[in-house]
Amino acid sequence: MADKIVENIRKEAKRILEEKIVDIVIGFEKGTLPYTASPVFIENPDDVDKLIWNRYCHNNLAVYLRNFPDKKIGIIVKGCDSRSIVALMAEKQLTRENIYIIGVPCEGMLDKNKLLEEFGDNPPIEVKEEFLYPSCQYCEHKNPVIYDFLTGEPVQEKEEEPYPDVVEFEKKTLDERWKYFQEEASKCIRCYACRQACPMCYCEECFVDTNSPKWLDPGIDLPDLQVWHIIRAYHQAGRCVDCGACERACPMDIKILWLTRKLNKDVRDLFEFEIGIDPEKVPPLGTFSLYDKEEFLI
Amino acid sequence: MDKEYEPNIIAFLCNWCSYAGADLAGVSRFQYPANPKVVRVPCSGRINPMFIVKSLYEGLDGVWVSGCHPGDCHYNTGNYYARRRFALLKNMLSHIGFEEDRTLFSWVSASEGNIFADKAKEVTARIKKLGPRKKLLKNRDI
Ligand code: SF4
Ligand code: SF4
Ligand code: SF4
Ligand code: FES
Repeated sequence: MADKIVENIRKEAKRILEEKIVDIVIGFEKGTLPYTASPVFIENPDDVDKLIWNRYCHNNLAVYLRNFPDKKIGIIVKGCDSRSIVALMAEKQLTRENIYIIGVPCEGMLDKNKLLEEFGDNPPIEVKEEFLYPSCQYCEHKNPVIYDFLTGEPVQEKEEEPYPDVVEFEKKTLDERWKYFQEEASKCIRCYACRQACPMCYCEECFVDTNSPKWLDPGIDLPDLQVWHIIRAYHQAGRCVDCGACERACPMDIKILWLTRKLNKDVRDLFEFEIGIDPEKVPPLGTFSLYDKEEFLI
Repeated sequence: MDKEYEPNIIAFLCNWCSYAGADLAGVSRFQYPANPKVVRVPCSGRINPMFIVKSLYEGLDGVWVSGCHPGDCHYNTGNYYARRRFALLKNMLSHIGFEEDRTLFSWVSASEGNIFADKAKEVTARIKKLGPRKKLLKNRDI
C-alpha cells in the first residue's frame, strides 16, 4: 500500500515538474534518525526519487506554502494539511491556481517517542492505534478535503464524538484544570517552535515580538508563559485545523492541543463551523449571526 | 489591615452606549461602587481580547466590558463580532481553570443609567467575592 503511494507520488511529482505545471514540489524525504522523515523541496525532476511516504511524515507541509510567493508549488498533503490549505485560502493567503495538491489518504502518523520507548530502534511491522499521535487518534478527515491528484484509495473515516478529550477534561474541577495548565505551561522555554510549525501562525510580527505595544515580558515567569499559551491558542480560534504540528514541534513535550481543541469544539458547538472544509466560507470570527448565544452576559 | 478588600476593576465601555449610560447614572445621581475604572473605547468591537488578558496579567482583579445592545451598535455590527470573541475567550479562560467571574460582559444603552449602576454593583460584588487575585498575575515588585 505505502509502496504504491510512494510510486504514485514520485510519478506525479515528476510529471508536474517536467510539464512545468509547478516550479517546486514540497514533500518528504527519508529522515536521518529512526521513525523520522524530513521535509524536502524538489525543483529538478530527476530528484523525485528522494520523495518518500511513511507513517512518520507528520509535519504539516502547508506551513511552507507562503515561503514561495512567486512560484507555482506542488505539495504533498495528508487530510489535516489539506485543511490548512483550505483555511489559508479562506483567509486569502493562497491562490488555488498556484498550488498543485497531491493528496495522500492518511492512516495516521506514529508517535516517535512512544515507538522509541516501546521498541527502541527496531520498528515493528504492525502498529496499533495507541501508537498514533493524539491528533491522529481524533482525526475526522484522514482523506484530503481538496486535491488535484489522489495517490490511493480513500481510507475509512471515523464517526465518533470528535472531542472526547475535551469533554473529559471539562469534568475536572477549576483547581485541577488550573494545576494542569500550570504544570504544562511551566515547562515552556519560549522557543516558539509551536508557532513556527503552524501554517496559521503567519503573522509578520507575532504579538510576543512587538515592543509597542508590549503585550508580554520576555521572561519565563509562570504568568509570562501562561499568557503566551493563552494568546497563541486564542489566535487560533476559528482557524486551527487540529493537525497537531504545534504539539509535535514542542521540544519540551508540552501538551498544547487541549487549548486549541477546546476552542475548536466551541466554534463548532456555538457557531456551527468546521474549520478547513470550505474555502469560500468566511472564518467564524470574521462574521456573526444575529442569533449567536449570549447567555454569558450579565 | 481589616479594611474591606476593594477589587481593582477595569471597565471597557463603548463610547456610544455604556459610557453614555455611565454618564447618565452620574447626572441622575444613582449610587454605584467606585471600583470599576472606566476606559472609554469607540465600540465593543474595538476590544481586542488581548486587552482583557493583558489587564489580568498587569494586575487588575477583574475586567468588565460593556457595549451597545444588539442592533444598537453605532457602527451597526461591532458588538456582534465582539460577542463571538468574548464567548470564546470566556469559555477558554474557564477551561484553563481561571475564575469565570473575573471577566464580565454586558450590554447597557445610553438611556439605562439605572441599569448601568446595577451592573456596576453586580460586577463589583462578584469580583469582590473572589478575593484578591493570584492567577496569571505578573509580579513586578521583585
Ligand atoms: S495550532 Fe497546532 S493543531 Fe492548530 S493548526 Fe496550528 S499547528 Fe495545527
Ligand atoms: S501566536 Fe498569534 S501573533 Fe503570534 S504568529 Fe501566531 S497568530 Fe500571529
Ligand atoms: S514549542 Fe513548546 S517550549 Fe517552545 S514555545 Fe511552544 S510550548 Fe513553549
Ligand atoms: S458602538 Fe457601542 S458596541 Fe459598537
